[in-house]
Amino acid sequence: MRYDVPLLAKLLAIVGFGILYIPVMIMMIYSFNSSKLVAVWAGFSAKWYRELWTDDILLSALYKSLLIGISSSTISTFFGLFIAIAFVRFSAFRGRLTLSLVASAPLVMPEAVTGLSMLLLFIAMETTFGWPSGRGLDTIMIAHATFGMCFAAVVIQTRLRDMDRYLEEAARDLGERQPFVFISITLPLIFPSIIAAWLLSFTLSFDDLVIASFVSGPGSSTLPIVIFSKIRLGVSPEINAIATLMILTISAMVLMGSVLMLRREDRKNPTQL
Amino acid sequence: MNYFLQRFGRLFVIWLPLVWLILFFMLPLIEMINVSFSEAKRAVPPYNPAFQFGPDGISFQPVADNYLLIYKYWEDYLWPAINSIRLAFFSTLYCLLLAYPMAWWIARSNKPLQHILLILVLMPFWTSSLLRMYALIGLLNPNGFINDILIWAGFIVTPIQMMQTDFSIYSGMVLSYLPLMILPLYASLVRLDSSIIEAAADLGARKLDIFKTIILPLSVPGIIAGCLLVFIPAVGEFVIPALLGGPEQLMLGKVIWTEFFRNRDWPVAAAIAIILIAIIILPIVYARYQDKEGIS
Repeated sequence: MRYDVPLLAKLLAIVGFGILYIPVMIMMIYSFNSSKLVAVWAGFSAKWYRELWTDDILLSALYKSLLIGISSSTISTFFGLFIAIAFVRFSAFRGRLTLSLVASAPLVMPEAVTGLSMLLLFIAMETTFGWPSGRGLDTIMIAHATFGMCFAAVVIQTRLRDMDRYLEEAARDLGERQPFVFISITLPLIFPSIIAAWLLSFTLSFDDLVIASFVSGPGSSTLPIVIFSKIRLGVSPEINAIATLMILTISAMVLMGSVLMLRREDRKNPTQL
Repeated sequence: MNYFLQRFGRLFVIWLPLVWLILFFMLPLIEMINVSFSEAKRAVPPYNPAFQFGPDGISFQPVADNYLLIYKYWEDYLWPAINSIRLAFFSTLYCLLLAYPMAWWIARSNKPLQHILLILVLMPFWTSSLLRMYALIGLLNPNGFINDILIWAGFIVTPIQMMQTDFSIYSGMVLSYLPLMILPLYASLVRLDSSIIEAAADLGARKLDIFKTIILPLSVPGIIAGCLLVFIPAVGEFVIPALLGGPEQLMLGKVIWTEFFRNRDWPVAAAIAIILIAIIILPIVYARYQDKEGIS
């Protein structure tokens, strides 16, 4: 006998998917509304999208967010890879307990606490050493890299742990040196997880409002900060448009990424690339 | 030579992230404790550090004023703390109730459908929570989509107040954290051996009994993991109470924000942050303890 999922459970599941998708879909539809009044549908128009390109504040915030996102997630991925290697490949080392504590605690720390504590440190450092002078893109980048690397480490660690080690051992038996084994065997095998880690830390940085609000200075408002201040003024078709663009871009990236990952997972031989 | 290179590489791999995290994660927390025991003053920065070293030597003058202030005006801080726990608790519960059938369905469906459903769960997980909360406002507002439809259909005459209620917070939390609940539940349900279920069915167990005695107990690790993944960020949530909640739904994350940005009372903000950390550590320690019990 097959034990099927009961109809009631399926119905509840469909409600769940509805909750996840309906609000965003309605927002996307209303981003094409030609009326300034959000509640009234006055016909199809793409004018809010055209207006986005003339909004200098929004565009400069987008530029800053991209800059911070790309640089911080690159640092995060490298450091996350190091943390993953240390945990999976080095059995016992001095500082293992400390590292596991400081690499996992940021995952559960509320954003407001992380942001506040980092700001307080930056101010203490400024009064003591004179660096960083004021707060700006560099302090946001440091903050994002710090929590990003912990997420990156989790993603890479999972893959590194599940990986087949026969190929590495074979290469070593054939006389290859450790650095070469790592670069030519291990790295290609865990590469999908490195990409996933980079993308995860990028989106975390790109979407972060709370931490960035604490550690940013005047003139370094990122995109979420600008959007948040606009949302506080109320729903507007312009935010509908920018939100639609951002969600569609990220969703397209996730879609491509997950199709690639799932297809790879389905292959019989896990070591095949 | 090669030995030294390897040795150096090993130290490099361990110490580079370790030093970074101590510098930019541990030290900030220590500084926050320091500030929470500092005296507030009208200056830049607006406090007098309890511990400081500078040109005129080391000084250490901790004051408990900030904690005493919280104690004195406990009603102003206790309610947000209780609200944080209450709203996070029920949000976790609602997430679990919705996520369980979703995860079960995904785990039991055939490969192509399973992939499509998993991607449908992952996509909202990656998109900005701020933007999804904004989309929700468009639905729940007095002149939002739901009220418009209901008025148009003639069910109601005046708009229902949905924003700034517990309902709006729960909707936001579910919209925000549902994927975090589904993924660990799915992981534990998909590993469930279907031959056990078949054996039980062959022996004449009813469907409800199979669920109660086999499926549910075997998915407990997933339930615990999912609840922690939802509850912990939900307790400290700022965006959801700030955008969707009213004065009745004040949570600690928002109180820290207000104390810091509006009242500019940084030492009190730091003290509240430490209380928030204490609230979060409890369920984690409990889960660890449960874990150890289970093994032994």
